[in-house]
Amino acid sequence: MFDVGGRGDKSFNDAAYAGLERAQKELGVHFTTLETSEGADREVQLRQLAAGPAKIIFGVGFLFSDDIKALAKEFPDKKFACVDFTVNPGDSLPPNLVALTFKEEEGSFLVGALAAMTSKTGKIGFVGGMDVPLIRKFQAGYVAGAKAVNPKIEVLVKYAGNSGAAFKDPTKGKELGLAEYHAGADVIYHASGSTGLGVFEAARELNKLAIGVDKDQYEDAPGFILTSMVKVVDTAVFESIRATQQGTLTGGVQHLGLKENGVQWVYDDHNKALIPAAVKARVDSLAAEIIAGRIVVPSTTE
Amino acid sequence: MDVLLFAAAAVRISVPYALAAMGASLSERGGVVCIALEGLMLNGALAYTLGAYATQNPWAGVACALLAGLLTAWLHAEATVRFRADQITTGLGINLLAAGLTRFVLVRVFHSSSNSPRVPGLPEWRLPVLSDLPGVGALLSSPLVLVTLALVVLVHALLFRTVFGLRLRAIGERPEAAATLGLSVTRHRFAGVLLCGLLAGLAGAYLSSEQHSFTDGMTGGRGYIALAAMIVGKWNPMGAAAACLLFGAAEALQIKLQGSAFPSELLQALPYLITMLALAGFIGRAVAPRAVGTPYDPES
Repeated sequence: MFDVGGRGDKSFNDAAYAGLERAQKELGVHFTTLETSEGADREVQLRQLAAGPAKIIFGVGFLFSDDIKALAKEFPDKKFACVDFTVNPGDSLPPNLVALTFKEEEGSFLVGALAAMTSKTGKIGFVGGMDVPLIRKFQAGYVAGAKAVNPKIEVLVKYAGNSGAAFKDPTKGKELGLAEYHAGADVIYHASGSTGLGVFEAARELNKLAIGVDKDQYEDAPGFILTSMVKVVDTAVFESIRATQQGTLTGGVQHLGLKENGVQWVYDDHNKALIPAAVKARVDSLAAEIIAGRIVVPSTTE
Repeated sequence: MDVLLFAAAAVRISVPYALAAMGASLSERGGVVCIALEGLMLNGALAYTLGAYATQNPWAGVACALLAGLLTAWLHAEATVRFRADQITTGLGINLLAAGLTRFVLVRVFHSSSNSPRVPGLPEWRLPVLSDLPGVGALLSSPLVLVTLALVVLVHALLFRTVFGLRLRAIGERPEAAATLGLSVTRHRFAGVLLCGLLAGLAGAYLSSEQHSFTDGMTGGRGYIALAAMIVGKWNPMGAAAACLLFGAAEALQIKLQGSAFPSELLQALPYLITMLALAGFIGRAVAPRAVGTPYDPES
């Protein structure tokens, strides 16, 4: 099994690891992990794992998409799974590859609605990491959710850059956050990895609110986090392992949304003081409508 | 107000670039290429966090960052000046070493491959008038911003108004001639590189103190931009700082214009385009110190 960005990222690598640990405890499986550093050694490390005794190999992060697809074709008797796999139009996946994708737009829709109802200025912000379709999904859902509760809301959108480095540049994130807060936004949602830590710093400095991503980020800036849009990566990893063990794993793309409990928004003791009961009720009813299929959330910004 | 906020952002962004670029100009004027800026800054940034975390005193963090910059630069100086290793290779080696080392320490000490816990940042210096200015008041209360402004003048004066500066420049141009006059090429080059380490370490401290934490790879290529700025500034500390301010303004503009009608790809490239254009012509010929990159061998 396998892991990028590294354990201890307090984000989805850690969540994936939690899924592995749960599988070890409940299903008695063994696992090993490798971490990649920058760049090109992904394929080599995947190959190393594929050549070993592992039954299923995980790539954590969309950067694995191409390499894991190539390896899955080369090792047809192994199972592969990739968290956040980027599906290109017209792609045919090998039958032994499971693409675990999340309907981030659905979770983002809910936090967008919450941000719009919380905002006093009528302006909210979004900070993305690398400007790619995956992150645009977050943006699209967030904007749609905000407009759903307040058609007049203004959403300021900024990205940190065009390369992977845009996910780990908190200095840039702080500047982007400050720029949006200064322009009148009072809540900012980030989908930018550790760049977002800079957005939280900007929120602290100007006493504004921010929304976390991937996992509950309350601990990173207590008191300044309105909520977080959580991807339930651990459950997805666990379920894939269980299916492998039972021999029921089928390849293809899994889209995990609100209905499948693949994405959630955080409402707990830490943030309930910030969210009035009526607002929570509204967000919950929007969630119910998405699950029922009455609201279809856009996943692109076009 | 908008203009002032913009100016504040431009200066904030340019501070770490300027510190590193001024450092590089001292190193290179003495004849040692300093492509190691990235590694010097990264080590400085981590050292600040460790110092501030252990003592809960931000100034102890700054002291640690200076020390880390100094030690890393000493490594560069030992290899390139004393052992006459290739300066580019050594510099790149130091960058790789710093990237790995900081991550290793981050995981060992803070049990995270992403970021450290929150540490204290530098307290504001409340100054009369300056601190109360609209838009730029917070900027002008930031100790390291004020220190950097002072250093622009001081480092420039060191290079062009002191005997040490004159000797350093002579050694970067014609080390054989300087040696004939009894100057120690080794000692001066060491001094240039070590001063560079101090300044780049301080740049790192600025990055992590502003964030109140260290994040893996947080320098994000800033050392290389600083090196380019130094060239645009023609190896002069003040010129390098001005080039950094230009770059900072371009980056602030890029941030401000995002979300407008400008195509985003072009916008993201804007700071680099401006740097390239400046390099390609508006500035005129940038001539490197004659002996930069060449190890000095008294035997030859």
